[in-house]
Amino acid sequence: MLPEIGLGLLWLAAALAGLQLLAGAAGLTASGQAMAPLVRPVAIVQGVLAALAFACLITLFVETDVSVKLVAENSHSAKPLMYKIAGTWGNHEGSMLLWVTVMGLGGAFVALVERRLPERTMLATLAGQAFVSLGFYAFLLLASNPFARLYPAPEDGNGLNPLLQDPGLAFHPPTLYLGYVGLSIAFSFAIGALVTRQVGADFARAMRPWVLGAWIFLTVGITAGSYWAYYVLGWGGWWFWDPVENASLMPWLAATALLHSCSVLAARNALRTWTVMLGVVAFSMSMIGTFLVRSGILTSVHAFAVDPKRGSFILALLAIYIGGALLLFALRAGTVSEGERFNITSREGALVFNNVMLSSILAITLLGTLYPLVTEAFGAKVSVGPPYFTPVSAMFALPMVLVLLVGPLLRWRRDGLGRVKAQVVGPVLIIVICGVSAYALGVHALLPLLGLAVAPALIVASFLPLKGRNLRRAPLSLWGMVVAHAGMGVALFGMASDSAFSLERLVAARQGETVAVGPWSVTLTDVGPVSGPNWTAMEGLLQASYAGGKPVVLKPQSRTFWAPLQTNANSALYTRWNGQLYTVLGEETVADNGAARWQLRLWWKPFVPMIWVGGLMIALGGFLALISRVAQDLKRRVAQAKGDFRREAIAKLEKGA
Amino acid sequence: MIRRLSLTLALAGLVLAPALRADDSMPPAPWAYRQLPDAAQEAKAKALMETLRCLVCQSQSIADSDASIAGDMRSQVRERIAAGEDPEAIRAWLIQRYGDYVSYEPRVTSLTWPLFAAPLVLLALAALLLRKRFTGKGDGA
Repeated sequence: MLPEIGLGLLWLAAALAGLQLLAGAAGLTASGQAMAPLVRPVAIVQGVLAALAFACLITLFVETDVSVKLVAENSHSAKPLMYKIAGTWGNHEGSMLLWVTVMGLGGAFVALVERRLPERTMLATLAGQAFVSLGFYAFLLLASNPFARLYPAPEDGNGLNPLLQDPGLAFHPPTLYLGYVGLSIAFSFAIGALVTRQVGADFARAMRPWVLGAWIFLTVGITAGSYWAYYVLGWGGWWFWDPVENASLMPWLAATALLHSCSVLAARNALRTWTVMLGVVAFSMSMIGTFLVRSGILTSVHAFAVDPKRGSFILALLAIYIGGALLLFALRAGTVSEGERFNITSREGALVFNNVMLSSILAITLLGTLYPLVTEAFGAKVSVGPPYFTPVSAMFALPMVLVLLVGPLLRWRRDGLGRVKAQVVGPVLIIVICGVSAYALGVHALLPLLGLAVAPALIVASFLPLKGRNLRRAPLSLWGMVVAHAGMGVALFGMASDSAFSLERLVAARQGETVAVGPWSVTLTDVGPVSGPNWTAMEGLLQASYAGGKPVVLKPQSRTFWAPLQTNANSALYTRWNGQLYTVLGEETVADNGAARWQLRLWWKPFVPMIWVGGLMIALGGFLALISRVAQDLKRRVAQAKGDFRREAIAKLEKGA
Repeated sequence: MIRRLSLTLALAGLVLAPALRADDSMPPAPWAYRQLPDAAQEAKAKALMETLRCLVCQSQSIADSDASIAGDMRSQVRERIAAGEDPEAIRAWLIQRYGDYVSYEPRVTSLTWPLFAAPLVLLALAALLLRKRFTGKGDGA
């Protein structure tokens, strides 16, 4: 029964999305105004129904109901509970259901709490949200039904890919999805504002918390995904410029730009059209990412043809939404004035520079990701990889970081560099000192050298806006900015340090043999079998001592899963304040004299955890800013309610008197 | 191979492909999991390996893959570097053998020039945009 209930709920939710769209559109016209009060409640119920349908699917996975095709293909009764739940979204249909659920709940949340904007703009926004949801409901119901039955039902399921059976990954996709789909709210706000031509500071203030929220989830999702790739893949790489990674990076870049242009619009009522444009672009990037990933087009243009229904479906959705939004933008942009003007040496000027650079990195990433598909269509297979992406994006990122050293110190509207000169001397000195010392330490590659020089300066410069302020009275949003920018510096330092200082040792070691890697000496003391709930493994026992100190124990494993059958290296890491020791146990090899040897892969990676610490700091900064914005808004609402109440009371008294 | 493919699918939350296994019946090539004794040569080999694609993986270089073909290619690269060959000569040899696809470093050809023109166009565009935005019309100037 449960699958049928889930499917029914989904159809109902889709129907309500249709109603939400019609009522919202009608509510904007003079004759249909009676429909307007329907929109908010319908949006809320639609979200709840989608969430219930998703809950049905989770229940089916928890119970391992193999009569449902999706469960049979992706789950197994012997799996730990956490991975049964995570298995719900570890597949195409389930993740699309998660997508519409997040979209529905996002819309419901907006309908419930957002009261700042004129009601007409809200109607258009919620109608826009329903319009987008409707496409994805159609995709789900017509081309990827998660509740389809399987007859006859198999005895047990196929299992979940072992690589996905990892706590980090269990919650990585939902986090990223909250970010992707959260941007749909910014998209709908942009559409709503275009329809009613009300783009101004209020619009930016209303949109900002939603963008911030989505951006925080994206940041956490990307950071977690990168760390997962780092420790699960077993070779110590943390970013591959893989199309799937790019698919998550592109919305993040657009959202970062949007966040900054939003603050210009909110504070100064400038950059109106640009902000609306970014609102459209950010969610478009989410959808393009989804298209790239879902359609199978990434593996090969030809894989697209294997399941043309899904691919064409998403392509059609993309054309309708992105094309439609851009058309609306083109029609209406002329009627939205650009807003206040400002000087280049001003806070706005620096933020515009940031926006232009972020957009350029976005364009490069998009081009590099799509280019192999284009050439393949012409019959030539080429690869565009890190040797292209890294230097080209650095070309734009470096000037951006340099501007970031001064940008937050500048005043709005108009400022002179002379005023901040004294404060910038510090960071500039740091760049020179760090650059020279890194060179002296033997870092001669250009990008790591620049990174090591600029990152510490960025960390210090990030705190300069707090100078001369009472730290406890500084607004939380200022702290948010400081922490996020410092996080950029911290992450940059980790990245540069990884490529400049990482040391690698690949050996075939006997039992009892000691191998040196950097300051560490690692002894392979023992190798023995162990087993888990759905795997067996060979486990190495390593005694590692840093610079002759007290040894620590690491236990890397080579795991064999049996459903599905697959072997995985399970790395063991040891983190110190100044870096991470990364160990992997490979296969057994037999030497010429017959003695058993084990392949060991060892890395000493100085300061590499700073990459993810920095990522989390960036997210934390966003979180502080979000709290500050929401608190401000609540305060304003309470004050307004109080004022209304008093005015009413006075009016009553006067009437009575 | 499986790993990278699964990473891709995993991040995507896609249906997982049935598990494939690399051919384990052969022992790995001699230099697949060993480093060259000469540190400078090893660094050269490593730098080259990081820019070569593992042909059966999705978006992984041969420097970070467990696939057997990646191991074979690592071994080839190390042997040739040890024999004193120039890294770019090895890349050219591999491209000749496997096609442009094997190298992550796109060459400038009639097909790929837009990749290299794009950053320059973007820089020009950015400069133009900023210039237009900030010359003359600013009310505060």
